[in-house]
Amino acid sequence: MTTKSQELLNWIDERFPLTSTWKAHLSEYYAPKNFNFWYFFGSLALLVLVLQIVTGIFLVMHYKPDASLNASGIPVAFASVEYIMREVPGGWLIRYLHSTGASAFFVVVYLHMFRGLLYGSYRKPRELIWIFGTLIFLALMAEAFMGYLLPWGQMSFWGAQVIVNLFSAIPVIGPDLSLVIRGDFVVSDATLNRFFSFHVIAVPLVLIGLVLAHIVALHEVGSNNPDGVEIKKKKDANGIPLDGIPFHPYYSVKDIVGVVGFLIFFSAIVFFAPEGGGYFLEYNNFIPADPLKTPLHIAPVWYFTPFYSVLRAITYPLFGIDAKFWGVVGMGASVVVIAFLPWLDRSPVKSIRYKGGLFKAILAVFIVAFFILGYLGVLPPTPGRTLVAQICSVIYFGFFLAMPWYSKLDKCKPEPERVTFK
Amino acid sequence: MSNRVIKTLKRFAAVALFAPALAMAAGAVLHLDKAPVSTEPAALQSGAKIFVNYCMNCHNASFARYNTLTQIGLTEQEIRDNLMFTGERVGDLMKVSASPAEQKAWFGATPPDLTLIARQRASEFGSGADWLYTYLRQFYRDPNRPTGWNNVVFENVGMPHVLWELQGEQVAKVTNNADGTKSIALELAKPGKLSAQEYDKSVADLVSFLVWMGEPVAEKRKTIGIVVLIFLAGLFVLALALKKNYWKDIH
Repeated sequence: MTTKSQELLNWIDERFPLTSTWKAHLSEYYAPKNFNFWYFFGSLALLVLVLQIVTGIFLVMHYKPDASLNASGIPVAFASVEYIMREVPGGWLIRYLHSTGASAFFVVVYLHMFRGLLYGSYRKPRELIWIFGTLIFLALMAEAFMGYLLPWGQMSFWGAQVIVNLFSAIPVIGPDLSLVIRGDFVVSDATLNRFFSFHVIAVPLVLIGLVLAHIVALHEVGSNNPDGVEIKKKKDANGIPLDGIPFHPYYSVKDIVGVVGFLIFFSAIVFFAPEGGGYFLEYNNFIPADPLKTPLHIAPVWYFTPFYSVLRAITYPLFGIDAKFWGVVGMGASVVVIAFLPWLDRSPVKSIRYKGGLFKAILAVFIVAFFILGYLGVLPPTPGRTLVAQICSVIYFGFFLAMPWYSKLDKCKPEPERVTFK
Repeated sequence: MSNRVIKTLKRFAAVALFAPALAMAAGAVLHLDKAPVSTEPAALQSGAKIFVNYCMNCHNASFARYNTLTQIGLTEQEIRDNLMFTGERVGDLMKVSASPAEQKAWFGATPPDLTLIARQRASEFGSGADWLYTYLRQFYRDPNRPTGWNNVVFENVGMPHVLWELQGEQVAKVTNNADGTKSIALELAKPGKLSAQEYDKSVADLVSFLVWMGEPVAEKRKTIGIVVLIFLAGLFVLALALKKNYWKDIH
C-alpha cells in the first residue's frame, strides 16, 4: 500500500473501526475448511435479500398502491403493475426478478434451515443464531404475505382476505385485531396502503436488523461444519484454529462460485418460465381483484403451503372455541416450534454424519411428511386429503416434540477429533 | 428394539410417498384441445384484425396501445388504415368507446379486459391458449339461454357466439354417462362463411395474437435469456478456476 492511502486508512481507523471490522468479519474470521455444498445457502440468502431490496426500490418508483378503478374499470394498483411490465423500460425484468426472487428467497432459506438440521448447527453455543434465524423466517413470511397483496389480483385479494379473517377467530380480541390489520371491514384500499407501508419500510428494516444480529452472533461463536466438531478446540501457537481458514479470500472466492451457479438456475426461471408453472405467479392473479367474485379455490403461494396445510388439518373445536382458532394456533406453533430445536435435541453428537439409523429414519419420514403437507396445501381439501394432512401434521410435530427421547435412544458413532477434509 | 422401529418407519415412509396419488383422486376434468400457437407476424396480424373487428366491440385491451402492434410487423400507417375505426390516436390504449359503467347497465356485467386473458385462463388442464382455442370453437345453439348460445368449456357463458358468421351454427348432442357426468358432442347444423379448417386457422391466429398481447416482451425475454445464460456459464468456469487457484494450498 502506498504511504498516502495508508495515511488515509490510519486517519479513518482512528475514527472508525474499519480495519478491525474487516479483519474480525472477513480476513481474520476463521471458518472450518470442510464446508460443503449446503454451506452456499447462507450467502445466497444474503444475495437474494439485496436483490429484493434493489429491485424493490425500482418497483416502488412506478407502482401505485391504489385500489380505486381507473377509466377502464381496472384497479389502479393492478394496472400499474401491468404498466411496469409493458411500458417502463426494463420494467418486466425488474418485476420478474422481484417475483421470482420471492420464491428463490424461500428456496434458499428452506435449504439453509435444512443444513442447520443436518449438521446440528442450532446446538450449543449457537442457540441465539438459530433463534434469530427463526425470527428472520417469520419476518420473511410476513414480508412475502404483504407483498403478495400489492399486485391486487384475485389471489392477492382473496388470499389476504382468508388469512386476515383467521385472526378474527382469536377469542375476545380477534374481531378488533383483524379490523386493525385490514383498516376496514373488508380487504380494501386501506389494507393495500398499510400492507404497502409494511412491505417496503417496516418489515425490511426488521429483516435487515435480524440478519445483522444473525451474522454478528455467528461470528461471535464461529461457524459449525458438516462434522459438527468445534474447530476452536484445536488451535496452533498463534491461537488460530488448526482446521480454520480465513473467510476472505477462501470462502469469498468459493461463494462466488455458488452465486454464479445460483444465478444460472435463477435466470433460467426469470427468462424462460417466470410464472414458475403457476406456482411463482399464480394464473388467477392475472385477473384484477374483484371483491364480488370469490374464486372457486384459493391457494396460497407454494412457500406457505406446508403451514397452511397444518392450519386446515385442525378441524375439531376445543374448549368451546372454534376449530379455526386452533388451526391458527397450530400454524403458528408449527413455525415457533422450530426455534426450540436447540433444547429438543439431546443427541451426544451434532452432525447427521455421526447420528444413528433411528434419527436418519425419523428425519426421512419428517421430510416426506413436510413435502406432502406442502403439496396438499395447494389443493382444495377433501375428506381424504384432510386425513392425510392430519397424519402428516402429527408427524411434523412429533419430529420436534419426541426429539428429546429418540435423540437420546439413537445409537451414535463417535465424533472425530478434527474435521474430515479430503 | 431400534432396528424394528427403523423398519417400521421405513415402511411408513414408503407408504407416505404414495399419499399424493391418493390425494389427487377426483375433481372435475376439463378436456382442452392443444392450441397451435404461432409467433409468425402473418398469423399475429391476422389475429389482430379478427380481434379488432370482432372482440373489441365490447372488450377492452386497456393495457395495450395501438402502436405496440408495430412489434408484430405493422407500420403505424397500416395500423391507422386497417385497425382503427373511431378516430383514436395511434398512441392510445386499445379501448372500446363505451365506459365500464355503461356496459354494465347494458349487458348486466362489464365484459372482461382481454389484454391478459391468455395468461388468466391457464390451469392444470392446459395453457390459457388451449382454453381459448377450445372455447372459441365450442359454442352451440341453446334456446334456453338469453343469447341463444351456450358453450361446452364455459357453461352458461354470458357472451353470445360473436364469430358465428364465420363458423356457422353448431348444435349439441348430450349423452348422460353412467357416472352422472354429461358428454356433449357438437355437430355443425348450419355452415358459416369459413370451412371448419379455415375457422380453426382463424381462431388459432386470434389465440396467437392474444398470447402475444398477454406478454409482448416474451420472445425478446427468451432471446436475452440465452445471452445471459451463455455469459453466466462462462463466468462460472472463471469463478471455479479462481476458487481452485486460491484453494490449492489448503490440505
